[in-house]
Amino acid sequence: MASAVSSLEKYVEEYDEIKATLPGQELDWLVQLRQQGLDQFSTQGFPTIRDEDWRYTNVTPLIKKSFQSVVAKTSTAVVPEQMHDYYVPDCWQVVIVDGHFSKLLSKLDGLPEEVVVMALSDALVNCPDKVKRYLGQAVENEDHGFIHYNTAWFSEGLFVWIPQQVKMKQPLQLVHVVTQENVATATRNLIVAEAGAEGVVIESYFGSQDQAYLTSSISEVFVAENAHLTLYKLQNEATKALHCSGIYSQQEKHSNFNYLDFSFGGLIARNELHVNVGFAAACDLNGLFVGRGRQHIDNHTSIEHIQPRGSSRELFKGILDGRARGVFQGCVKVFEDAQKIDSEMHNHNLLLSDNAEIDTKPQLIIYADDVKCAHGVTVGQLDDASIFYLQSRAVSEEDAKDMLTFAFANEMVEKIKVSGFKSYILALLLQRFPQGIIEQEWL
Amino acid sequence: MLSIKDLQVNIGDKSILKGISLNINPGEVHAIMGPNGSGKSTLSHVLAGKDGYTITGGSIEIEGQDLAEMAPEIRAREGLFLAFQYPVEIPGVSNIYLLKAALNAVRQHQGLSEVDALDFLTLVKEKIKLLGMDEKFLYRSVNQGFSGGEKKRNEILQMAIMEPKMCILDETDSGLDIDALQIVAAGVNSLRSENRSFLMITHYQRLLDYIVPDVVHVLADGRIVKTGGPELALELEQKGYGWIGQEE
Repeated sequence: MASAVSSLEKYVEEYDEIKATLPGQELDWLVQLRQQGLDQFSTQGFPTIRDEDWRYTNVTPLIKKSFQSVVAKTSTAVVPEQMHDYYVPDCWQVVIVDGHFSKLLSKLDGLPEEVVVMALSDALVNCPDKVKRYLGQAVENEDHGFIHYNTAWFSEGLFVWIPQQVKMKQPLQLVHVVTQENVATATRNLIVAEAGAEGVVIESYFGSQDQAYLTSSISEVFVAENAHLTLYKLQNEATKALHCSGIYSQQEKHSNFNYLDFSFGGLIARNELHVNVGFAAACDLNGLFVGRGRQHIDNHTSIEHIQPRGSSRELFKGILDGRARGVFQGCVKVFEDAQKIDSEMHNHNLLLSDNAEIDTKPQLIIYADDVKCAHGVTVGQLDDASIFYLQSRAVSEEDAKDMLTFAFANEMVEKIKVSGFKSYILALLLQRFPQGIIEQEWL
Repeated sequence: MLSIKDLQVNIGDKSILKGISLNINPGEVHAIMGPNGSGKSTLSHVLAGKDGYTITGGSIEIEGQDLAEMAPEIRAREGLFLAFQYPVEIPGVSNIYLLKAALNAVRQHQGLSEVDALDFLTLVKEKIKLLGMDEKFLYRSVNQGFSGGEKKRNEILQMAIMEPKMCILDETDSGLDIDALQIVAAGVNSLRSENRSFLMITHYQRLLDYIVPDVVHVLADGRIVKTGGPELALELEQKGYGWIGQEE
């Protein structure tokens, strides 16, 4: 307890040293917003297992390491050798290395003029009013240590604004890379699709090998009337990293929000997803988490239907091996006047070892009386009869297990509509389950 | 080809096979018939290497090699094939993946190179036609949502691709209507050759009208109680299994 407090003090003390380096110092509204974040963070600190929403995930031991803000550390400015491995083909790219935008590594050629895609630090200079309209809006009612921390500390982020009726021709990839040991990075992303706009954004998080560091990332997503936004997220952090992210999406009427999360890396990963579905709007939320060793992956999701006629679909699948632990908390809340809601939530888990663990907690909170809400959870292991069947067809036991595990995961891969990203995820999964599939070009 | 000597098998403490001896020469087709609970399925499972059975005595050899020592996949690569009574549904693994994985595993074991993509497709399309299956089955998940007849045809398709030496057909006729039975039987007959042997495990004589065996064995209470020619099957069909025990 005492050490938790002292580590909190360390973070707060450090803030005085670094705050002058944070973007937007000349904007009063932002300075004020950051101060509010700092005040709230100083009071409550990072969440602990005493918070109901965090009872399965204990970040305190990692936080105690007192990661140092990257702004306080001289950036090594070294381009990671494997940088090209991080790019998804046929995408525009915004690259953030150690919490700072790298113009050199980013690729935005051919972006339509009317679309605004830039580093948040640039947006705060070029179009501060646009940023002001959105920053903090989707998380306004959230009281959560990591959000307050992020608001006070964010050093960079992605700013995307797709104007009315514009359809982005190719996806935009945020490439977030951490190269330094024991650093804390905080980034804030704003993704806005105006009425009737369409776009695909891929958020991807990487780190170097076995380094320990903190990634704090908050994305505020605004999907206006009739807009159609797809957001993919890949979390492939280094093996000792702490990844705490939150996606907060606000949907207006008749809009569509599709989300697909792949969580493979990190020592502890907390993936939050909060969606506010508007009138007759639809969201489709999916996730695949794959843990091994001592990895801990927590997916915390909530869907709120405040308006009538909305629909929501949610499917998260987990594969856990070794002593890995997974968490799925999914809450669907239907407010009193939100009639004619159609909602389904599912979580299926595959445990590959005796020591792997899943805590799964689906929740429905319904105040309206004319709604259709379903939920289902399964926890299982590979089927012996299937393994034997494959063996009897000359496939080795190990390959049979990979094949079946891959098949379980592949349902989520099949949901990817962007072929470059699909191949990218397939390649990552094949590293995990090498005999899962035969060469794609084969078919 | 397959030589079983005094095979005794337990499930837990319970003795199921109580000393079976059987010798199948290359090119021969044998049928094992017997009532429910006689140990027919146990025999097929033990031959394929399924877990949960303890061999307490006797031996099984395929071309002089000890089968009991081999993992199931090695048996398959050595040329033993079991067409399942209840083929397993495997969502997410497509039929064509499995066929290719199976064929390549066998080829690798024989020291051959992986099959060329085009050659494979040609081969598969030829075999699938033989079994009167639609090509769309290739791209569906293994057995998922297949009817009983489709599943059995799919087993024979796998057999046709893997080209095993020793084929065991476990109740392949169960759940088949007469049309499907004829197609499956034609598929099996097309695979008969002087180097390939078959062991058909069946409850009824019906299948044997279409795939005529060289030798028929009657299994009862874990033992082979009678062996004869194809006419034995007809006799069983007329009289049932009851008379065998009484006769001895």
